Amino acid sequence: MRLYTLIVLLCASTSIFSQKCNYKLQGTVIDIHDNTLLADALLTINNFESSFKSDSKGNYIITNLCKGNYNLQVSHPSCDLKSMTIKIDGNTKKNIKLEHHLEELNQIRISAKAYSSKNSTSKNLTLNSSLLEDNSSKSLGDILNTLSGVSSLNTGNTIVKPIINGLHSSRITIINDGVRLQDQEWGAEHAPNIDVNTIGNITVIKGASALQYSGDAIGGVIINETQKTPVKDTIYGKTNITAATNGRGGTLNSQLTKTYKTGWYTTLQASLKRYGDYETPKYVLSNTGLSSQNGSLKLGYNNYNYGFEAFYSYFKNEIGILNASHLGGAEDQIRALASDSPLIINDFTYTINAPKQKVTHQVARLKLYKNFNGFGKLSLQYDYQNNNRLEFDNRRGIDDDQAALDLDLKTHALQLNLKSKLSTGTNLKAGIITSIQDNFSNPNTGIKRLIPDYDLQKIGGYIIIDHTINDNLLLEAGTRIDYTKMDVYKFYRTSFWESRNYDTIFPELVIETYPTQILTNPKLDYTNISATLGARYNITKNLKLYVNYALASRPPNVSELFSEGLHQSASRIELGDLQFNSEISQKLSLTIDGDYDNFSFSVQPFSNTITDFIVIEPTGVQQTIRGNFQVWEYRQTNARLLGVDVDTNFKITDNFNFINQLSVVKGYDNTLKTALINFPPVNTTNQIVYQNQKLNNLSLGLTSEYHFKQNEYPNTNFEIFNPITQSNQLIDISTPPNAYHLLHFNSKIDFDVFKHSKLSLGLTVQNILNTNYRNYLNRFRFYADDLGRSIQLNINLNY
Amino acid sequence: MKTLKIKSFAIAALVVLASCNNDDDNTPELINEEEVITTMTVTLTSTGNNDVITLKTQDLDGDGPNEPVVSVSSNLVAGTIYNGSITVENETVSPAEDITEEVIEEAEEHQFFYTPDANLDITTAYTSLDSNGDNLGTTFTLTANQASTGNLTITLRHLPTKPNTGIDDAGGETDITASFNIEIQ
Repeated sequence: MRLYTLIVLLCASTSIFSQKCNYKLQGTVIDIHDNTLLADALLTINNFESSFKSDSKGNYIITNLCKGNYNLQVSHPSCDLKSMTIKIDGNTKKNIKLEHHLEELNQIRISAKAYSSKNSTSKNLTLNSSLLEDNSSKSLGDILNTLSGVSSLNTGNTIVKPIINGLHSSRITIINDGVRLQDQEWGAEHAPNIDVNTIGNITVIKGASALQYSGDAIGGVIINETQKTPVKDTIYGKTNITAATNGRGGTLNSQLTKTYKTGWYTTLQASLKRYGDYETPKYVLSNTGLSSQNGSLKLGYNNYNYGFEAFYSYFKNEIGILNASHLGGAEDQIRALASDSPLIINDFTYTINAPKQKVTHQVARLKLYKNFNGFGKLSLQYDYQNNNRLEFDNRRGIDDDQAALDLDLKTHALQLNLKSKLSTGTNLKAGIITSIQDNFSNPNTGIKRLIPDYDLQKIGGYIIIDHTINDNLLLEAGTRIDYTKMDVYKFYRTSFWESRNYDTIFPELVIETYPTQILTNPKLDYTNISATLGARYNITKNLKLYVNYALASRPPNVSELFSEGLHQSASRIELGDLQFNSEISQKLSLTIDGDYDNFSFSVQPFSNTITDFIVIEPTGVQQTIRGNFQVWEYRQTNARLLGVDVDTNFKITDNFNFINQLSVVKGYDNTLKTALINFPPVNTTNQIVYQNQKLNNLSLGLTSEYHFKQNEYPNTNFEIFNPITQSNQLIDISTPPNAYHLLHFNSKIDFDVFKHSKLSLGLTVQNILNTNYRNYLNRFRFYADDLGRSIQLNINLNY
Repeated sequence: MKTLKIKSFAIAALVVLASCNNDDDNTPELINEEEVITTMTVTLTSTGNNDVITLKTQDLDGDGPNEPVVSVSSNLVAGTIYNGSITVENETVSPAEDITEEVIEEAEEHQFFYTPDANLDITTAYTSLDSNGDNLGTTFTLTANQASTGNLTITLRHLPTKPNTGIDDAGGETDITASFNIEIQ
């Protein structure tokens, strides 16, 4: 018995009987990855009944400790539990690093946290995964044009290109999961080759301020990121099914992720999309169906110190082009424009005939990262993209299955990025990006190459520093240099070569001469410098100001340089210019952000001055054996873009929100003193949303979309002589269509099903009133109305 | 140390990329466009004295800057019926390719239209049909009525609506069109 008492006493001695017990243990709880201070971390210590919490700055303090060893357990809502032994031998300071697993563990991109700002001194717009899930059947362009300041350039309703503050195509950089998309983006009817179902989050930066991605994004940058994976043993996934009345089709998407506590993870995703001919309120849009198959596989390992990820994706899209939009020359245009409805209307079908596009895009990517203590995070990425674009036309004497355009674009890119903390409050991002690209135009088409064969090499480097002066002021500055070299083999028509005087300016470029054509070998190079300077200032607790200046410079693209001949889908002759230099943009943007209890707003005015802006505009009419064609020539001018985007949100009651968006952009050609062509008209969206979390997260929304008539446009009309009527006939291709108003409804409700699964059901109605309208920025507006009503059902299951 | 690391990475990067560059020295091959039509020749043979009148349009650089060259060999004689036949060719290849055969092979997808302006007093009639009995028009008859002057426009449409009542409701895509200035004496 005595022995037993002794043992008990001895065992307990450390805490009960030993010396003084007034020691303190204190420190901060921080995220191991980016040193974020973690608030509300829970700390429990043996022999203490109560637990302790870290404050908003991550600080914790535990008092009344005695000398000895303690077992400390620390947990945080989004981290794994961490336990450790602490030796107390006086007042002790201990900083605790937690593995914050929902954060960007597998991210090696230069940008800091998963869904945080990509550029600190300009306003970033983001679309989250739940919104993307609700729109899994849409194209990237259609999802983005719901944002203020973002509109779209459409070729029908399946080819949708985003326009940011009035600019599109080569002036927008799309970063898809760290890879800069290279998919013949110069073409106005080439939509981004991206399946939105592979995306977890989209960020839009209006302007070129995010220099880590590109220096030539005069319009802006669209950054798509994938969902992050936690470091624990789990398996989860989701399945989305949509069905829509218009086009009588739908989407099926499924995704499964398996993660391990050891840091390994893998994700498999696949989606299918199939639509038949779409319909306007009055008629079928013949040959506008769509068939798409996509899949992706990801495998990675992450440990907070280092990690890697391998990724492969396959994207295949077959898109029908409205039959009635396929024309010969101006004589055919007269007929098409004179008719209220398309000249070809057939019964609904799922069959996709020529004219059509068939695009396959494959991406393979490997990335590695390592954290160096006190130095920063270094990441290395290699990616390969293969883009094959086939375009089919109705052909004579040749099977329609022989493509009329067959382009194969291969891009290898390698980038090394560094993110480092220089001192408290000062961060550095720097990197080197290099790529080579090879474009091959298959001669089997039997049609003169639209885009020549070329090799392109690029190397660029950037450095960005941000510095926090105090809690209210952050400054950011960056610069980037890019060098581009092109080696081109181009066949010119001898008659064009001579009409441009190239035979006297560039006689040395000719390497072979044929009866009516010559083969030339232009070698071009461009050096482009870009820079950004910005500040973010918290005026009050609720009011923020962003100011950003961005200098960007873009080399001319292959289409602007080498176009020379008929662009069938636009039924016009397009001529480029070998002598173009880079266009240089200076954009000043300002954002005032207010966030109050029942009201929030964001006002974003901007001015973008572009020297040597490359525009294409009509210069005359060319007579050919196929009739008259309007000639559009690329030209460099000085342009000025002014605009403002306004977002407001009123909280009417706890459940009701009223949201308004207004976008205004004006583009002027300062040389010709006219408006620039194809600028989005003023548009405003009003939305009333009811949301009740207690009622299964029910949400109901009614959206009104008003697009004004574009009143500022250059006159590009032309006249041709009609030999039948013996008179000149005006072809009006510039007058924009009238203003229109659309009403949409959306609803969604969530249910908990099985054990850990959530089922969301959504019903949306687009164009409730079945309004007839034509959109100025839809290239088919000359031939057909836009889409009529569509009722769509969405089923999302997250498990 | 830091810069050294970055430099060595950069060099490694360049080496890897350079090695990926497949130096294809072979220059691209010339594409001979098979579907191009450069030339249309309309032969009008008088049913009376077998005199031949040729209407021709030729555009050797396709949609290049040079305009087509249009010619009419002689005037028509009032009150004469002519047998017309049309050939279309691709003269960018040597020897020139006769496209008329392809048009006849795909007769259901093609049709020629003969459109005189209001001043020109001629009438035309199809003499060649496709397998459905619809007009094709590689051959036709042309009657020169009263003395007059004006344009005769001849158009080949690809994928027109068939049958049709004339060029106005035919639709399709224009493959060739040319206006010949005709004088009937």
